[in-house]
Amino acid sequence: MEKQKSIVSLLKAKQDTILQEWEKEQFSAGKFRADLISPDELKQQMRDFWDSLLKALGQEERVDLSDEGWKPVRSLLTELSKSRAKLGFTPSETALFVFSLKKPIFQLIQDTFQNDPARLQKELWDLNTLLDSLGLFTTETYIRSKEEIIRRQQEEMLELSTPVVKIWEQIVAVPLIGTLDSARTQTVMENLLQEIVAASATVAIIDITGVPTVDTLVAQHLIKTVSAARLMGAECIISGIRPQIAQTMIHLGVSFQDITTKATLAEAIKYGLSQVGYRISKME
Amino acid sequence: MLLLRRDSFPLQSSDDIVKARQIVRTWAAELGFKLVDQTKIVTASSELARNAYDHGKGGIMIIEAIEDGDRKGLRLTFQDQGPGIPDIEQALKDGYSTSGGLGLGLGGAKRLVNEFHIESTVGKGTTVRIVKWV
Ligand SMILES: Nc1ncnc2c1ncn2[C@@H]1O[C@H](COP(=O)(O)OP(=O)(O)O)[C@@H](O)[C@H]1O
Ligand SMILES: [Mg+2]
Repeated sequence: MEKQKSIVSLLKAKQDTILQEWEKEQFSAGKFRADLISPDELKQQMRDFWDSLLKALGQEERVDLSDEGWKPVRSLLTELSKSRAKLGFTPSETALFVFSLKKPIFQLIQDTFQNDPARLQKELWDLNTLLDSLGLFTTETYIRSKEEIIRRQQEEMLELSTPVVKIWEQIVAVPLIGTLDSARTQTVMENLLQEIVAASATVAIIDITGVPTVDTLVAQHLIKTVSAARLMGAECIISGIRPQIAQTMIHLGVSFQDITTKATLAEAIKYGLSQVGYRISKME
Repeated sequence: MLLLRRDSFPLQSSDDIVKARQIVRTWAAELGFKLVDQTKIVTASSELARNAYDHGKGGIMIIEAIEDGDRKGLRLTFQDQGPGIPDIEQALKDGYSTSGGLGLGLGGAKRLVNEFHIESTVGKGTTVRIVKWV
């Protein structure tokens, strides 16, 4: 506690020099991303980080990032890493925010304790460990938010890949493609129901040619959708049940009993047209 | 019986279920399962993975490629530390579900594979092990 305090007061006493040197590091050629962040914003981030770092160091006896006293530092770095991930910084550039603080701080420690090698080593080690863990924390947060971004984009793409298509007056079709996890199935089904209303459709075709696995959850979603559509006055046709899926469904015990099924989308469209009074025929 | 290859995967999110399914499909294809049998084992794994996640509060899937004499197969073990199943016979009955599902997952998975073994202790968790031979 004693010693911790003395380091804090040392850092505080010399903070102008440290911040100046740190700034030099941050703004040095090749490191500063003028295209992604303004100098003022970066300076503000540095200032905020420095203040919360000193505060945490002064409060906590041990340096353990999971302690309550380090929460402000953590959330500050979390925000910083997240925004940098979004803005397009690289992971190294993001971690450099913290690591570039090493040089000025170590310089100061070196100058202060040059006559006390044991103390010098101890202080350097402690501060190095601290800055390393803070740097790694930014990297981890950065990666996690990148993953989050990728996951969201994937989801958006999946939603895009299931458009509800109007085939003819009163006929809509939705070709399902890809893995139907429960979240996505829900959205697709809701979309379909909305489109049925919007198009005043009386026939809705759900084509599952592009679905690799139909398990009981997917089947249940399909059955529910068909019943809901029915309540809204539309008949559903399920098309594209491939042989291996049909066989598997039989073993599962799932049946689309009173639901019209057709082997192919083409047959479903033909059948749908006949339901609303049209016929496809070859020209003479 | 010979163990050719082994790996395990977490079942802690609905993404994990999708991943588990993909792994099972890849291994099944590599072992030489026909398309129908690939679909069957993948679907069974989907059911059991989802049960471990939905009913068992999450768990793991162990996947093993095995060889017995001159036949190869896939052995999958789904393990969770959830509430367990008080009456296994009832849980296996078609249409029985405690959560508004179709209640066909457990019995269906059993019908889709060659060997099916389930152990469950209330308050401790559930382990389901299935084998399908190529
Ligand atoms: N891993 C498990 N842990 C606890 N309970 C389970 C587990 N697997 C299945 N069950 C119970 O068995 C019932 C039947 O399972 P299943 O046939 O897959 O139907 P569903 O999942 O549609 O409810 C479930 O509703 C649940 O009560
Ligand atoms: Mg189930």
